[in-house]
Amino acid sequence: MSEGAKVIVQPGTAVREGSGKLKAVPGKASASRRPISWKPYLSDLGAGAIIPVLTVALWQTAGSAGWASPEFLPTPLAIARSFVDLAVSGGLAHHLGVSLGRAFLGFLIGGAVGLLLGILTGLFRRAEYLLDPSVQVLRLVPHLAIAPLIILWFGFGEVSKVAIIISGSFFPLYINTFVGIRHVDDKLLEVGRVLSFSPYQRLRRLVLPAALPNILLGLRLSLAVAWISLVVAELIGSQSGVGFLINEAKQNSNTEIIFVGILIFAFVGKLIDSIFRVLEHRLLFWRDSYRG
Amino acid sequence: MGETLLDISNLNKSFETAGGPVQALHNVELHVEEGEFITVIGPSGCGKSTLLRIVAGLDGGYSGTVTLEGAKINGPGIDKGFIFQEHRLFPWLTVEKNIASDLSLRDPGVRKKVDELIELVKLKGFEKSYPRELSGGMAQRVAIARALLRNPKILLLDEPFGALDAFTRAHMQTVLLDIWRTNRTTMIFVTHDIDEAVFLGNRVVILEPRPGKIRKIVGIDLPYPRKKATASFQELRLKVLSEFEKVEELELTDGAGI
Repeated sequence: MSEGAKVIVQPGTAVREGSGKLKAVPGKASASRRPISWKPYLSDLGAGAIIPVLTVALWQTAGSAGWASPEFLPTPLAIARSFVDLAVSGGLAHHLGVSLGRAFLGFLIGGAVGLLLGILTGLFRRAEYLLDPSVQVLRLVPHLAIAPLIILWFGFGEVSKVAIIISGSFFPLYINTFVGIRHVDDKLLEVGRVLSFSPYQRLRRLVLPAALPNILLGLRLSLAVAWISLVVAELIGSQSGVGFLINEAKQNSNTEIIFVGILIFAFVGKLIDSIFRVLEHRLLFWRDSYRG
Repeated sequence: MGETLLDISNLNKSFETAGGPVQALHNVELHVEEGEFITVIGPSGCGKSTLLRIVAGLDGGYSGTVTLEGAKINGPGIDKGFIFQEHRLFPWLTVEKNIASDLSLRDPGVRKKVDELIELVKLKGFEKSYPRELSGGMAQRVAIARALLRNPKILLLDEPFGALDAFTRAHMQTVLLDIWRTNRTTMIFVTHDIDEAVFLGNRVVILEPRPGKIRKIVGIDLPYPRKKATASFQELRLKVLSEFEKVEELELTDGAGI
């Protein structure tokens, strides 16, 4: 045993390694998985709120001063009143629930198929040659263009709505899973060989964790597309959902409700995205990359 | 020392390049006994990494025989531990989980061995740290522990301390010798640092390039732990250095290295 090596390390202190560099010894208090601190989120929120708050203030002033007709541009307060009315009547919860259900069902199916096919084409070149060209061609078809076809085949029922959402949310996850797997470091794969990983272990312990940043990005984009596809699906023809609210309000010239619908799409979409970002943050804390 | 563990005879290997085939190794003969610490040294392009990768089973397509305990080497496996120049830890796993990798820490046997190895490579207190929080030397020690957990018959190290600064490198050499003397694991250590080769090895294999072949094997008959600032160490160092310089001269007169 060498003299220099006999160093007793106490957690929470600093130890001089052979290099002479000071290195912090992690103690219980600074566990690697840091507790989420809310302060940075709040300051982000503060900066992000400046533009919307100014816009709303200006808008309200313009409306109160009578510069725009209420049918054309209702004031924020009027929109807020409609929102409260809709919430109190229970209509909001009903339509939002229906919309969320559709979006998630479509996202779940489209995402699952995208993930599976992405893994398949990422892992096996044969699968890539077989599937990828067709997928790339279909990817470039805007789903507004196939919506009429889907309705022709499945009618105006739930099936065609979910099908439109599936067709949108499949692609981002498929492409990003594929790219993530193809970008797994060859050097780490070599470690898998040296450690005699079985094919399953290689996938589970090496390829999927290494591709996780891309897979999560794909999930987030898929979720966003599912939400947008939902609007397309519900505007085309439905008896419930937020898109239906907007459509109905248009026919009744109820501009406030149109705004309420738009705002619901925006806020719920943002909320889902934010939840996802927190998830991403927690799952990818090990990454050693630029954080801005 | 004891029985022959690794047998390399008449080993030849060439690579196909755009300019035609290049012979990387030519008639390499090396017999390593159990418990030996072999260091391999040579200028860049002498095939030292290729030799190591062939023993590891990472590279194939050679002629000649390479056997470990009498059995032909068929691809990589946990009986041949490999330490790369970079630590190559899994960035998403903690130190202890990296060491365990595909094995479960919930297995009491694995848990016990991982704890022992963390002690051996002197990383107590860092079990739950992530690779990005470690210094280069610490990360390389985790990589060594990861290989040792699998009880390799031989540990192959490809310039493992090449990227470390001089102080960390000296410290790591001591740690590695401690491990060797505790575990008696047979080692083949590739380096381009003459001091390192003489300090660690009981034999130093000097390779010459184009084609890569063994120029000389110098036995280092000094007791461990060695002190670099002694006359006997310097004498052996000079012996290796003079061989090494002949190799470099050869390279210059051939004009191949330019």
